[in-house]
Amino acid sequence: MTKMDKRSSSVSRRNFLKVGGALVVSVGMPVALDTMLGINAALAQGVRPPLAPDQLSSYIAVNKDGSVSAYFGKMDMGQGLFVSIGQMVAEELDVAFKRVKVIMGDTGTSVNQGGASGSTGIQLGGKQMRMAAAEARRVLVDMAAEKLGAPADQLAVVDGVVSLKGNAAKKVSYGELIGGRYFNVPLDWNKQTGNALYAPGKAQPKKPSEYKIVGQPIKREDIAPKVYAQEDFNTDVKVTGMIHGRMIRPEIAGSVPVKIDESSIKGIKGARVVHENGFLGVVADREWDAIKAAQQLKVEWSQVTPPFFDNTQLYDHIRKAPVRKRDDGKPVGDVASAFKTATRVIEAEYEWPFQSHACMGPACALVEIKNGQVTVWTGSQKPHFVANGVAETIGVPVATVRAIWVPGPGSYGRNDADDAAMDAAVLAKATGKPVRVQYMRDQGTGWDPKGPASIHRARAALDAAGNVIAYEFVSKGFSRVDVDTNGSKPAATLAGQLRGVPLGYVDGFGVPAESYVFENKLTAWETVAPLLDRGSPLRGAHLRDPVGPQIHFASESFMDEVAAAVGADPVEFRLKYLKDPRDIAVVKAAAEKAGWQTRPSPRKDNPSTGTVSGRGIAYSQRGGTTVAIVAEVDVDRISGKIWARKFTVAHDCGQIINPDGLKHTIEGNIVQGTSRTLWEEVTFNAKGVTSVDWATYPILDITEAPQSIECVLINRPELAPTGAGEPSIRAVAAAIANAIFDATGVRIRRVPFSPDRVKAAFS
Amino acid sequence: MPKYTLNVNGKARTLDADADMPLLYALRNDFGLNNPHFGCGLAQCGACTVHIDGQAIRSCVTAVSDVGKGKVVTLAGLGTPQKPHPVQKAYVEEQVPQCGYCINGWIMTAAAFLNENKKPNEAQIKDALSGLKCRCGTHMSILRAVKRAAEMA
Repeated sequence: MTKMDKRSSSVSRRNFLKVGGALVVSVGMPVALDTMLGINAALAQGVRPPLAPDQLSSYIAVNKDGSVSAYFGKMDMGQGLFVSIGQMVAEELDVAFKRVKVIMGDTGTSVNQGGASGSTGIQLGGKQMRMAAAEARRVLVDMAAEKLGAPADQLAVVDGVVSLKGNAAKKVSYGELIGGRYFNVPLDWNKQTGNALYAPGKAQPKKPSEYKIVGQPIKREDIAPKVYAQEDFNTDVKVTGMIHGRMIRPEIAGSVPVKIDESSIKGIKGARVVHENGFLGVVADREWDAIKAAQQLKVEWSQVTPPFFDNTQLYDHIRKAPVRKRDDGKPVGDVASAFKTATRVIEAEYEWPFQSHACMGPACALVEIKNGQVTVWTGSQKPHFVANGVAETIGVPVATVRAIWVPGPGSYGRNDADDAAMDAAVLAKATGKPVRVQYMRDQGTGWDPKGPASIHRARAALDAAGNVIAYEFVSKGFSRVDVDTNGSKPAATLAGQLRGVPLGYVDGFGVPAESYVFENKLTAWETVAPLLDRGSPLRGAHLRDPVGPQIHFASESFMDEVAAAVGADPVEFRLKYLKDPRDIAVVKAAAEKAGWQTRPSPRKDNPSTGTVSGRGIAYSQRGGTTVAIVAEVDVDRISGKIWARKFTVAHDCGQIINPDGLKHTIEGNIVQGTSRTLWEEVTFNAKGVTSVDWATYPILDITEAPQSIECVLINRPELAPTGAGEPSIRAVAAAIANAIFDATGVRIRRVPFSPDRVKAAFS
Repeated sequence: MPKYTLNVNGKARTLDADADMPLLYALRNDFGLNNPHFGCGLAQCGACTVHIDGQAIRSCVTAVSDVGKGKVVTLAGLGTPQKPHPVQKAYVEEQVPQCGYCINGWIMTAAAFLNENKKPNEAQIKDALSGLKCRCGTHMSILRAVKRAAEMA
């Protein structure tokens, strides 16, 4: 059965194979193919080769019963990635899909393939698993050739059974060939770990024309266990002797405890304080007691100058703040000179706030330190990096740390999960007991790493005929990597920062990903310093499609503004300047499917009061994927309320592995993107973040869900698959903004489009 | 510490707890029923939803001392793969969850609503579910599933 298997959390990989009924055949050290042992003994062995990127056994194992375990160093954040990985592995191995089990994100069973990262689950992680499975098939067929006494090219494989072509009775199954033993096959590893890891074997993968499993809309089997309450989340893991921890954060960001009155919690059973510099936590035997202890503990905090300002001053601050780093990308032509010759210049500026991951539950982690071994149960997207971070945070060798990913309460990037893992590790080390930490809601929403706030200035130079002769787009904002994309360094987590580890932040932003051709073009970014350099609730980090929604809200709104300025239809305007044929194809496909009527925006026939409708288009690339979105919105001019009623999404991510999973992934992106566009904004005052729960950080309600999301899935089997986890969130805000403009003639240049702000824009 | 005996999924369960401890922690930690989740502790999201006497309530703000003789049913008690509740069946068929942490709220609330409203229209379904949170944005699938369940019920 292919499902998200987490049994490896309680059974070591070696035991797992034995439990599966493995015949353990020990042939000692790895042996070369040309030894006298023969090919079967050379390619398979009972002793597990090291868990290393250059070993086939690190990715693929055939169990005694012929089922296949695929060990995957990335993991699924809820979009069903493991189904697609199972499809790719089953396809290359020629086994039935249901015989493949994908085991994800356990540092004890998988190598570091980068974790969930940048929509690369299929693009990079799947690419590696595909090559490993192809190599495993090649090796198995070679073994079968020896066993059956027939040349490999005379053999066929059906559902894991290798047989002689023309004589199906002469056969041997994968299970018989190697079941329960390990592949002893080296791969050609590129010496990279993380996303860049690539280790092919000698085999070539199948041609797309041969696919039987890839491309099929296979459903997820992890849904039923969740729905029938049989599936545990990382919040549900319990171990013997486990106690509960809760963290205490300062009211004024940057202040540290100077006096802690432990007598204030002395009546609570097992309650104990763990304190080191700015790090302050409590533990208790029972969870409710830990919560009460955190609430009741009397703490005197250091007097510090509140580090922030009211969030209404955010954009003025960014405008005035010194530029810490500027990146001009790859300028085309001479923009400055071209603007001097312009007949007309169009300019606009856009603003995007800090946004929170605001995951469904605040992060949780469990750390057990026992007999010199550290085990971390984490919902982090990057458990291999968590193992590194825990090792450094509590000062133990990384080889003694095993991080086991168990699905957490939602994750869309560098959220609070890595912080929770480090906090639990510090508490476990201090108390000598296994500690489970879950944050409270205000900590999850208030103190998670944030998607960074930014402003974006765009200008276009037009000639007398209305052609764009120059385009300049400059983003200025907080870095998206004030803290790293993973928790491997103490400098990147709250536990490290609050205990005094020096920071190592870097600057990162981005530029629009599109193929508009203008003779003179400059797209650049600038970063500004964080408002508080450590332990900050406003530290910039990766949030789903890091800085993509911000940048493309601005760049694709601006394309619409230029189109309107020259009286062009928004689709025709884009097609006039787009170069990439796949970009052109998605724009045309979305427009056609949506029944786009060619005319300039805004529409002329809308009344000036009441509820009016409009349509807008926006498009973007991301990592090789390209997406165009047509939004149709209703705007209530009285209340200012926007209903993003209908979306039409044309999506091209190359080869489609699973169209059903892809459609659900797109829907999630569109709805989450609509939420971020219409509602989401981190609010703060001088002391800290004030949007700390669902009342103060609202997201899209079910009553505001679109009526429909139509998907045009453009399949290009001949092209390597690229990502889908994030690309379709990218252009949502601009599509909505452009539709509002079409309906009303009013341009909204600041996210979120909350009713008050929209209403104000009309007055 | 007072002792309480609660009726949970048809069984009598006993625990010692502070009177103000929310039912959620009794279910999760004392009775080993992991399905209701901690989402906010503020009755704002629904991740902790269970039924008491057929009504969907938020166990994160319901004190154990207030449960009394009420019959508590969690997601695990709503149905099984062999005998699923229509909302559970529809949830599987529509492949609703992404991270899945929110599902107690939607399924338990929809089940209680459909029990009282046999042929709801879409607006009534949306109103009944309003306020529940899903951060992955599975809103479209949720609505498809609850409509499907309404047709099954």
